[in-house]
Amino acid sequence: MSVTTEQPAVAPAIETVESHLHPTPSWDLADHSAPTGREEIWRFTPIKRFASLLEPAEGLKTLEWGANFPEQVTVTELTDEQARELAVEAPVDRIAALAAEQSVHRTHIQVPADVEIHEPIEFTATGQGGRASDHYVISVGAHAKATIVIRFQGNADYSEKLDVLVGDGAIVNLVTVQDWEQGSIHGGQRSLSIGRDATVKTVTVSIGGDIRLQEDTRFGGPGGSVEQFGLYLVDAGQHIEHRLFVDHNAPNTNSNVDYRGALQGEKAHSVWIGDVLIRKVAEGIETYESNKNLVLTDGCQADSVPNLEIETGEIAGAGHSSTTGRFDDEQLFYLRSRGIPESEARRLVVHGFFWDIIRRIGLPELEEHLLEVVENELQVVS
Amino acid sequence: MSKLEISNLHVTIDTESGPKQILKGVDLTINPGEIHAIMGPNGSGKSTLAYAIAGHPKYEITEGSITLDGEELTEMSVDERARAGLFLAMQYPVEVPGVSVANFLRTAKTALDGEAPKVRTWVKEVNDALGRLQLDSEFSARSVNEGFSGGEKKRHEIAQLELLKPKFAILDETDSGLDIDALRIVSDGVNRYMEDKDRGVLLITHYTRILRYIQPDFVHVFVDGRIAEEGGKELADRLEAEGYEKFVTASRA
Repeated sequence: MSVTTEQPAVAPAIETVESHLHPTPSWDLADHSAPTGREEIWRFTPIKRFASLLEPAEGLKTLEWGANFPEQVTVTELTDEQARELAVEAPVDRIAALAAEQSVHRTHIQVPADVEIHEPIEFTATGQGGRASDHYVISVGAHAKATIVIRFQGNADYSEKLDVLVGDGAIVNLVTVQDWEQGSIHGGQRSLSIGRDATVKTVTVSIGGDIRLQEDTRFGGPGGSVEQFGLYLVDAGQHIEHRLFVDHNAPNTNSNVDYRGALQGEKAHSVWIGDVLIRKVAEGIETYESNKNLVLTDGCQADSVPNLEIETGEIAGAGHSSTTGRFDDEQLFYLRSRGIPESEARRLVVHGFFWDIIRRIGLPELEEHLLEVVENELQVVS
Repeated sequence: MSKLEISNLHVTIDTESGPKQILKGVDLTINPGEIHAIMGPNGSGKSTLAYAIAGHPKYEITEGSITLDGEELTEMSVDERARAGLFLAMQYPVEVPGVSVANFLRTAKTALDGEAPKVRTWVKEVNDALGRLQLDSEFSARSVNEGFSGGEKKRHEIAQLELLKPKFAILDETDSGLDIDALRIVSDGVNRYMEDKDRGVLLITHYTRILRYIQPDFVHVFVDGRIAEEGGKELADRLEAEGYEKFVTASRA
C-alpha cells in the first residue's frame, strides 16, 4: 500500500494546525497527566510496558557515559535552570517532562563556532540496570562542522531529554544507535533546532529494547535543511516507536525523512508517526517523508501514519509515502531467475533495503557493524 | 548441448473471475545453435510463454512439459531452472534498490558456478562486458535497474547474458523501447552470445525491426495462445508487409 501526496490539499488541512497532534510544551509535570492509552499521542504505545518511565522514581541514576572527542569539544555540567534556558523546547510528553525534572546530571556538549572537526565525536552510554535519566544539550556553533555519534547499550529503564542546537551555516551529522539489551526501555524527546542555512543529517538506529522516541525538528532561520534517516529491527514482543514532527516554521527550508524497518516474530510492533507542519510563513519550503516496513513473518504489526498540515500553498513541494509489506515477489523472481537461491535473494533484498539508510551514516566501521547486525537478525528468518 | 523442447504446454493465470487459460498447447523444439523468433500481436501470450518457461509463480502450467537437454524444467524452482542453464532477458527488468550491479553479478555468477569467480579476472570480465554494451564502469556501482533508462535496462540484461553464459536464452521484447543505436548494441551482444553454437535463443518480439540485426533460423507466429504459423525468415518479411490481421482472423475462424 502506498500513499503519495504530490499536490498538497491546502484548504482542509488549515483547520488542523496546532491540533491535538502537537501537545503544548511545558516544563511543569502537572501539565502532562499520566496517559491512559486513549490519547492521540499514546494510542500506539503499550502504556504498561513504559510505566516505569511515566512516574517519578526514587534512586534515579544516570547512564555510564564514555566519550571520545577532540579537545575543541567541551562537556560541562548545567544547572536545571541553565538547561531549561538552553533547551530548544519544553517537554511535550510526560516521559520527557520527568526526564527534565528528575535527571541527576544536566550536561552541555559544545562544539565551538567555525571549527571543522573531522573525527567523529563519540559517546557511549551504558545502562547498569534500573531507572536512569538524562537531560543533555548539544550545541554546535555557527559554521562549524561535526559528526556526533551516541550509542546506547546495556540494560536500563531510561528516559531522555535531548536538545540539539545547530548554529547558522553549520553542518552536523548526528547518529544515534539504540542497541539495548532485551528487557530495556527507552523513552524520550529529542528536539532539534536548525540555524539559518545550516545542514543537518540525523540517522536514528533502533535495534534493541522497547523504544519510544519523540523526534522534533524546527528551524531557527530560513534556508536550513534537514535529512532524517531511520532504521529499526523489531523482534517478537518488541515495541519500537519513532514519532517525528518537522515544524517548517521558516521559509525556504527543506526536510527529507526516510525511516525503514523490518519486523519479525509474534507481536513485533513498530510505530512510525511522521507529522509535518508547514506554517504560513514557510513559503518556498520542500518536504518529503517516507516510511517503509518489511514484514518478514506473520503476527507482526507495523503502524505507519504520515501527516501533513499545510498553512500555505506557496511551497516548492510536499509529499509523503508509506509502504508496509512482505518481500516484493518481482524482486525475488528477478534475482532467482539469475540462479540466486531464494534465501540468498531475500538476504540481498533486505541488505539493499537497509543499505540505503546505513550508507548515510558516513562512518565505515559503524556501517559495517550495522550491516552485520542486519544480516545476523535475518538468519533467524531464513 | 542446449536443446529446448516444449510440448503441449498449457498455462493459466489467476484472475478475479477464476483461472484464465493463456497458453493452449504450445509445441516448439529449438536445437543447439538455432535462433527462433516468436512474433505475435499484443495479448497473444508471447510473454506468458517466456515467464512460464522461467517459472514465474503467477503462471501455472496445467499440462505439458518443457525440457532443456532432456531435463524437465517444470519440476524445478526458478533458481534451479537458471542453474540448469536457462536465462530470461526481461521486458521490464525489476529494480532492486541498494543492491549494486557488481554485487548482483558476482552473487549470480557464484550461484550459477557453485563457486565465487576469481576476483582479478572477474572484475575485468565485468568491465569488458559492460564496455561492449557501452555501459561505463561506474555502472557497476549503481543499484540494479534503479534509475536506469529504458535502454540501459536492456543493455544490462544483455551484459548479464554475456557474463552468465547460459545454455539457452529467452529474450522477451528486448527490442521494445530501444532507439536504433541501442538496438544495434543489443543485437551485437546477442550475436556474440550465439557465436558459440552450443547455445540457443528464443527471441520474442512484436516488431520485425530487430530481425534485421539478428537472423532467426525460424519464425513462429503466435496467436491466441498457440503457434499459428511457422516458417523461415521470409515469414517475418510477410508479417512486415501484411501485419498480423490475417493470422488473427484465421485463428478465430
